Amino acid sequence: MEAEGRAPGPTLPPAGGRGLEHLAGVPGATPTPLLTASAEVLEFDDEEDDLEVFSKDTSLAEANSFSPSMPISPSSMINQYKFEDEPELKDLFITVDDPESHITAIETFITYRVVTKTSRGEFDSCEYEVRRRYQDFLWLKSKLEEAHPTLIIPPLPEKFVMKGMVERFSDEFIETRRKALHKFLNRIADHPTLTFNEDFKIFLTAQAWELSSHKKQGPGLLSRMGQTVRAVASSVRGGVKNRPEMFTEMNDYMETFSHKINVLDKIAHRIYKEEREYFNEMKEYGPIYTLWSASEEDIADSLKGVASCIDKCCKATEKRMAGLSENLLPVIHEYVLYSEILMGVLKRRDQIQSELDSKVDALANKKADKDLFSEEIGKLEDKVECANNALKADWDRWKQNMQYDMRSAFTKVSDNNLRYYEEFYRSRSAILICVCGFF
Amino acid sequence: METRGVDQKPLRDAVPGRMDAPEVTLANSREAGAGSQHLTPDGPPCPEQAGLPGAPRPVPCGRARCACRSGLSACAQRGAEPLIAMESAEAEPSESRPEEDGAVPASDLPLPEQPAATMEDCLAKKMEITVSEAEKRTGRNAMNMQETYTAYLIETRAVESQNEGQCSPVDSLWRRYSEFELLRNYLLVTYPHIVVPPLPEKRADFVWHKLSADNMDPDFVERRRIGLENFLLRVASHPVLCQDKIFYSFLTQEGGWKEMVNETGFQLKADSRLKALNATFRVKNPDKRFTELKHYSDELQSVISHLLRVRARVADRLYGVYKVHGNYGRVFSEWSAIEKEMGDGLQSAGHHMDVYAASIDDILEEEEHYADQLKEYLFYAEALRAVCRKHELMQYDLEMAAQDLTSKKQQCEELATGTVRTFSLKGMTSKLFGQETPEQREAKIKVLEEQIQEGEEQLKSKNLEGRDFVKSAWADIERFKEQKNHDLKEALISYAVMQISMCKKGIQVWTNAKECFGKM
Repeated sequence: MEAEGRAPGPTLPPAGGRGLEHLAGVPGATPTPLLTASAEVLEFDDEEDDLEVFSKDTSLAEANSFSPSMPISPSSMINQYKFEDEPELKDLFITVDDPESHITAIETFITYRVVTKTSRGEFDSCEYEVRRRYQDFLWLKSKLEEAHPTLIIPPLPEKFVMKGMVERFSDEFIETRRKALHKFLNRIADHPTLTFNEDFKIFLTAQAWELSSHKKQGPGLLSRMGQTVRAVASSVRGGVKNRPEMFTEMNDYMETFSHKINVLDKIAHRIYKEEREYFNEMKEYGPIYTLWSASEEDIADSLKGVASCIDKCCKATEKRMAGLSENLLPVIHEYVLYSEILMGVLKRRDQIQSELDSKVDALANKKADKDLFSEEIGKLEDKVECANNALKADWDRWKQNMQYDMRSAFTKVSDNNLRYYEEFYRSRSAILICVCGFF
Repeated sequence: METRGVDQKPLRDAVPGRMDAPEVTLANSREAGAGSQHLTPDGPPCPEQAGLPGAPRPVPCGRARCACRSGLSACAQRGAEPLIAMESAEAEPSESRPEEDGAVPASDLPLPEQPAATMEDCLAKKMEITVSEAEKRTGRNAMNMQETYTAYLIETRAVESQNEGQCSPVDSLWRRYSEFELLRNYLLVTYPHIVVPPLPEKRADFVWHKLSADNMDPDFVERRRIGLENFLLRVASHPVLCQDKIFYSFLTQEGGWKEMVNETGFQLKADSRLKALNATFRVKNPDKRFTELKHYSDELQSVISHLLRVRARVADRLYGVYKVHGNYGRVFSEWSAIEKEMGDGLQSAGHHMDVYAASIDDILEEEEHYADQLKEYLFYAEALRAVCRKHELMQYDLEMAAQDLTSKKQQCEELATGTVRTFSLKGMTSKLFGQETPEQREAKIKVLEEQIQEGEEQLKSKNLEGRDFVKSAWADIERFKEQKNHDLKEALISYAVMQISMCKKGIQVWTNAKECFGKM
């Protein structure tokens, strides 16, 4: 499970008898489920817990520079810490596995088994098993984006991977995709708001025909696409003139981050490639020593020792490559996709803002219908405020996760490399003893 | 074939046990020992050797690895190595063996062992030799065209005077690669039974992409300098080669050396390639050990060159792995600029990635030394083969001579008895055109008998030569084997040590990096 240290959904199911509570002092918080949930609230049973976690968390609160209107509730950060230690508070467990090929007259596609285990009350049962295909995941993502335009929806694996020239249905491709889909669903499950999304629930629980019929309702993919198009257009038009400083900073950050993460992606892949080529050459290297030992007498044993040592090194290299491929490549790639998503989210926020701005401008020009406009503007102002807050909170959460993920991934890679060199060292020391012994 | 009757009296006069004349150069003794190469002695002559034909054969030594080749042959145990040549030469020559055997008192003496004495006499112990510098020069070549070449500074200094507390002067002179080649060719021709140390490669081979294949590249020149020094040291520590006068002059005499070498006329003595090739294919009964050795040297050459090729590729790939990590450094640095909490960790981790990437340069440079050590033995394989080829050539010569002798004897017999045993053109012609007169026949028989006499003596000497060669060559081969095993083991050990240090560096870097990542 990927719950450790992540920003999980802190709100607990009603089944446990706990309800939601607003944290005092959160300005602009309106009692919509959207915002409440995103405020990352937790009800504490004990005062003791309160104190403990407060003291733990001052560093985070200080370090965070994005703290304008909404004081970053230490508890929201704390929750992440707390849940790091108490994974059993997580109440939704999802796995994606067992890819299967389905062949019809028209097409061939893969379905994945999605198993959900939950203790939440709103779920009729505590265990579900359904089969979903990539299209279904796409649908889910679009529904989530629609419902929460300024929340950071986790990325889906790409439709095709062109650069690797990986065949659409190769085992490697399917496995990579499966892992990414698994991550996708778990990230949603861990998200304080998204986890309660209705479409998400249906995705996890509905049988195939139920899902099909549900999909047909509501605005389709096209309308969402239209949304993003408008968003892009509006930001091009300059819907950013009233953009709060914080979001400009976010934008700048994302531009640089996006660039860097893409470069990192290339580097990581390149390293993998070089390691693989190194491995391929090493495979040929060891046997030559063995061949040589056949012509020799005195030094035959030493040569054989070197050969076996090189073989061990080969195996160690394989492990190193596997480690890279498991721990680093998927993480970096996910964040490459994330950077695109974040840029999109920022644009959508801008678009919502520009709606407000244009109405304000219109009001300034048209003196008539002032009242009507005022009401509309009021609503829009609320909308903007909500969007901003939602994004802000999610952004902080995202940054926290990113930091954790990067730290974890690079640490694992370092561990991998350490293991590699340690093994290498062991086998070389062995050969040294071996060769010296025969001296 | 020149007749060698006059010079051929070595072994009957062999006096075992005399230890004098350590300074005898092989060239001298060979000359007296009547090889197929007739060399002008160019150093201090063997004291016993009065230089007069017919003088009692000077065989000073009974030492195992005596510089004096004839001594070796005298010392060598007879009967230990069956003379295959003799056997294949069909009877006649071998009949004279017992006679020879009886005449040589040395034959039954075991080989006295005194290798230590030889080593102390080696030039390497008496003289410090270094190739200390390399310099680019331009000059005019034989065709008066401008050329650029590299000259190497050879410095020598006598060791003994150092022990006396005096700082002895350093002699130095400049030589270029082609002169080294000339020296080596001279040694090859002059000492065909010795596995002559190889020169470093003329052009860079087995390079991986970072190394330049350019002869003028400073790294290549540096490695070649070391290789040339190694060559000189090897020759100087060889019990036989170190005593060669031409070699000594190479080290000490700047001017006129080339002329001196050419005056030895060694180029004329070199066996033609064609002749050698012919012999290889046609020889019937070479010493099995040489055949095995040839196979071994083929295998060695093939396996080492394969090894070097793959090693170069592995080095290339390893270089790639390390260097790509260097890219992390820059990206991390740029990324850290936009991060608040992660910044420091990223930045310092990036620095360690740079260190990691840079560390490969030293590692691979050290590995080049290992590759060079292997390369030396790759080229040594060629030297081994040369000795085998020489044996085959001599053996073939012997076989041809024996065959010739046999056919002459047969002819003689036929003439004498008037019967034609085998088909011969002469026989047919005489049948067709009538018999010769008895006088003619007599004359012919006489000529043949003389030729047979000569032929027998020649065969005898060739046999001896062959045996001598086999013995002395095999002695050097044994020496070489020991050297090879020792050197290669050392090379493998140093390779393992290198790799261990590479691991240690890797562990250190990644431990540091991990710490930095942890701070992100």
